[in-house]
Amino acid sequence: MERRELGFVVLNQGYVSVNGRELEHEASGSALLTELYRNHIADWPKFFKMDTLSKAGFVASELLIKELGEHRLGSEEFAQGRAIVLFGATASLCADRNYQETIQDKDNYYPSPALFVYTLPNIVTGEIAIRNHWRGETSFYVTEAPDAAQMAFHLACAFQDQVTDIILAGWVDSSRNDDFQAFMTVVRREDAADTGWIEGQLKRMINILNNK
Amino acid sequence: MVRLIRCIADNVVSPLGLDSRSNYDSVRAGKSGLARYESMGNISTPFVLSRVDRVAIDALCGKLGIKGNYTFFEKFLLCSSVQAVREAGIDASSERVLFIVSTTKGNTSLLGQPQDGVSDERVLLAKAAREVSRFFGNPGSPLVVCNACISGVCAQIEAMRALRSGLYDYAVVIGADEQSPFIISGFLSFKAISDEPCRPFDKDRRGLNLGECAATVVLEASDEIKGGWELVCGAIRNDANHISGPSRTGEGSYLALMEVLKECRRDELAFVNVHGTATAYNDEMESIALYRAGLIDVPVTGLKGYYGHTMGAAGIMESILSMYAVRDNTVLATRGYREQGVTYPVSVSSEIRECRGSEFIKLLSGFGGSNAALLYRFVE
Repeated sequence: MERRELGFVVLNQGYVSVNGRELEHEASGSALLTELYRNHIADWPKFFKMDTLSKAGFVASELLIKELGEHRLGSEEFAQGRAIVLFGATASLCADRNYQETIQDKDNYYPSPALFVYTLPNIVTGEIAIRNHWRGETSFYVTEAPDAAQMAFHLACAFQDQVTDIILAGWVDSSRNDDFQAFMTVVRREDAADTGWIEGQLKRMINILNNK
Repeated sequence: MVRLIRCIADNVVSPLGLDSRSNYDSVRAGKSGLARYESMGNISTPFVLSRVDRVAIDALCGKLGIKGNYTFFEKFLLCSSVQAVREAGIDASSERVLFIVSTTKGNTSLLGQPQDGVSDERVLLAKAAREVSRFFGNPGSPLVVCNACISGVCAQIEAMRALRSGLYDYAVVIGADEQSPFIISGFLSFKAISDEPCRPFDKDRRGLNLGECAATVVLEASDEIKGGWELVCGAIRNDANHISGPSRTGEGSYLALMEVLKECRRDELAFVNVHGTATAYNDEMESIALYRAGLIDVPVTGLKGYYGHTMGAAGIMESILSMYAVRDNTVLATRGYREQGVTYPVSVSSEIRECRGSEFIKLLSGFGGSNAALLYRFVE
């Protein structure tokens, strides 16, 4: 069966592309995320409260959803059918390090709830769900490295929930504030049964990320 | 036909016991692991915690033949999973066995206190999980489920799906978290921790207690009915409302409950084991979700008064104790509860109650707006 290619976004601290088309930018590191937010999103001030992992995941999801059009993938009525399944290796390690600094020294002890809340990697799935009013499944899986076969398998598994019809899926990683990697795509129920094909698409995104 | 998923072995390691049976007996007898601490590390605010004795864990590891340079968290995972895998009698070194670890913070305490002979890399959750699967000689890549407080239910749901796909015959699902100053200081900064034993659903509830537990279920896929505990279905839903507070309408929990109720035989539903953290917002939210789902008359029970909030272990340990309770025709008492303190009067009690039925629902919710429910059924 002929399949249309999945739309996808690839992003790291010095590179961003949508469907393989590189976007022009001036900044790098976390400043790149702010530049992308100002130039392409601009209407979600919650962005500025987020940690790097959430910013990277949020920006990737916004660039992808805007590119796909389709009224941001559906109205309120389909909210339960929209799932977000993300993978990563470092999970919330970047936020963990930032928070640890606030409790490490007895003389400089000031634990911050605003930092602590981001010490969970699934917060990025919540940020995206809130933005889009999606009430479907949100899951964050931690694996050793991006593995297209493993990701395709667990995405296919997610469609065993019969309510789920579209999954925003991808990889999000950040070990330092200025160091992040992400790719994101959308998998539809009608495509999901062909895990070999999904795996190939994911492999392509992983290759782009590894070469940038 | 859809493959049937059975729980063939289980284990709970906690301050209340080193196996599931002793944990259940302790809870039934009203014992609690909660104790007051005046300080810990740089924390100088008092709090109540259920903490596992490190010496007891080392002794258990020795007894079970768990040797090697492991962190406390890894030992905790191992001493529960080794017992469960032995009880299951499976060959865990087979590629047809999937390892899933449910945790929120894993080895994060290494950030504050590195350990000799343990690589810094082990703060990565999948590296810690690999230590466990490697112990069993399993060749596959372990999966870590990191969905905040609902991880233990999500891990069982993902195991069920992976088994139904046909790629695996068994899944070893292990949940644990270490209560280090990292987590405790964070929840204290949220003003979410009570300095007295928690009071789920009570009008005077003042917040949660944290707790330590490691719990394991071994799930098996089969094409025929064999009897025992079947994991029937589960669902994960998001509130899409707030990253650190539950929905005022209980939306995600309500949707997750409605999904599992599609498979539930209502006259067989013995009880709902809720999250019941004893924070003002969580318990109120759960009462709304239960009411909206038409479950206001079904007995409700929460275990945080015995264990505190055990994070990555909660969904697994609370499922296991619910299995023992259903077989004992018992709704366990909700320790700490005295007087109804939520808008919708859920059927909660400080006393042990009798019940009938062969099914229970396990419900959890957590940061990130996440909610999850699953349905277990005992088949004769």
